[in-house]
Amino acid sequence: MTEPILKARNLVKRYGKVTALDHADFDLMPGEILAVIGDNGAGKSSMIKAVSGAIAPDEGQVWLDGREVNFRSPIEARQHGIETVYQQLAMSPALSIADNMFMGRELRKPGIMGKVFRQLDKPAMQKFAREKLSELGLATIQNINQAVESLSGGQRQGVAVARAAAFGSKVVILDEPTAALGVKESRKVLELILDVRSRGIPIILISHNMPHVFEVADRIHVHRLGKRLCVIDPKDHSMADAVAYMTGAAVPEMAA
Amino acid sequence: MTQSDNYEAAASSADATVAEFEDHRRGVVGRVQHTLHQTPSLVPLIVLIFSIALFGILLGSRFFSPFALTLILQQVQIVGVLAAAQTLIILTAGIDLSVGAIAVLCTVVMGKASFQYGIPPAVSVAIGLTVGTALGAISGWLVSRMKLPPFIVTLGMWQIVLAANYLYSANETIRSQDIEAEASFLQFLGTKIQLGGATFTLGVLGMIALFIGLAYALRSTAWGRHVYAVGDDPEAAELSGVDVHKTYMSVYMAAGFICALAGWVMIGRFGSISPSATTGVIGNIQSITAVVIGGISLFGGRGSIAGALFGALIVGVFELGLRMAGADPQWTFMLIGMLIIAAVAVDQWIRKVAA
Repeated sequence: MTEPILKARNLVKRYGKVTALDHADFDLMPGEILAVIGDNGAGKSSMIKAVSGAIAPDEGQVWLDGREVNFRSPIEARQHGIETVYQQLAMSPALSIADNMFMGRELRKPGIMGKVFRQLDKPAMQKFAREKLSELGLATIQNINQAVESLSGGQRQGVAVARAAAFGSKVVILDEPTAALGVKESRKVLELILDVRSRGIPIILISHNMPHVFEVADRIHVHRLGKRLCVIDPKDHSMADAVAYMTGAAVPEMAA
Repeated sequence: MTQSDNYEAAASSADATVAEFEDHRRGVVGRVQHTLHQTPSLVPLIVLIFSIALFGILLGSRFFSPFALTLILQQVQIVGVLAAAQTLIILTAGIDLSVGAIAVLCTVVMGKASFQYGIPPAVSVAIGLTVGTALGAISGWLVSRMKLPPFIVTLGMWQIVLAANYLYSANETIRSQDIEAEASFLQFLGTKIQLGGATFTLGVLGMIALFIGLAYALRSTAWGRHVYAVGDDPEAAELSGVDVHKTYMSVYMAAGFICALAGWVMIGRFGSISPSATTGVIGNIQSITAVVIGGISLFGGRGSIAGALFGALIVGVFELGLRMAGADPQWTFMLIGMLIIAAVAVDQWIRKVAA
């Protein structure tokens, strides 16, 4: 059996008297799309934050690629190749697409202009951004220097996914990527997700949208009451089953 | 998947292109709006050229002479340098009410160091610049770590610094002759360079160099991009990997340093060191005026620093032009008031491009 690329065991996180994570386990296999579903307050965000460095768990361990890791910030997780697309997208609306894609990891010009005058290599960044957008079929965006605020919701989501896919060498985490989008734009983002997987990058997809989850996920992690209830195969279970497990209306027979 | 789940099938026959970018605004107004959105400092530049032309026509060669035009530069150099500091803070969606007070305190520190403690003038200047930077660091720390609103932090800082300035100096002025005789380096930025009828001071050239340097840093370095990103949306910047705290600290410290530089420019301009210089009280409002007229958004993240220089120059042109025309100085204030409101109205209009 192949080793999980991202693995967590016995994660515990308490906020005062509230236990958000109660000895939760988590496995992400190489090259898969793993959907994480759960009711509001089930602790799925806390778990994702714990593996991506946004919060520090009180107990438990996380392994990336078989090695134990201890991220203290999302930036640290990013340096290890874990990219997260947040629900609020984390873009600076007034800046250009290229600026946003390279925010926090800008390229500098080679030679004295870059080293002494710290000049940005804008042509290189623009070229890279354009390539990445075209690769993901977002060639409809004509001008890489246009401000992000002039893009539609779907295009912004596309840029965010492209940024994650471009830099996320190990894992891409998507938090509710289709929540704010229309039908056509959601479709485009789902295609992007499949496209990212076809490059061999595993994806964690957090979503409330069952049809989307069942369409793209290879496995579904059902989170309930702060821990992993079960992992199901979307081919063997119906959406009704998943909803029943997630809400506690039914108990899964066995973990898939 | 059951048929009822397959609601998306209805959309599959639709046009496959998703939300393409198209410029729907083909009209002249739309194009102007778009250009201004791309280059926000164009508006103040146009206003500046227009006002110079207007006074040139009204007053003839009296105004439109190298002497008068370079006099404007000399008159705006202090406000211009303060506006550079103000721009940095406003780009991060803050506001700095303490800029003028810091500048005046730094003149006093430079003077005291030279005259009371007998420190060589060049070192005194360095001490002044350090004090300015340190004061900026305190404001920056309060804004970034304590999460206090910049308005409140700098409102307090303004009073504290101004009071410290009076207490420390005992409100004593250091005379120009004494500085010239014993510590002339303090007046270094007042050194005049004659070019035909034009008179430049090192302070003026320094101000222009400062703007060029900052424009480069803001546009072409990662730091500059981070300043804009933090001003736009600090949380988004943080999540995209920007060290927001470091950005705030660097901006407030740079602003403090530039305010101290403005203090040094002041000594060059006035010759003397006076704790009760009006800059301490109205420097903040003057610099905010220049920044706003310069088309830099008070909401942060938008605008270019060249606009602040143009804004300061517009005020200078109106002041000198109306004075030469023999108008009541109140007309200047009235016109500047109108310009401020017009500038913000234009800013709102330009922002609609985003919608």
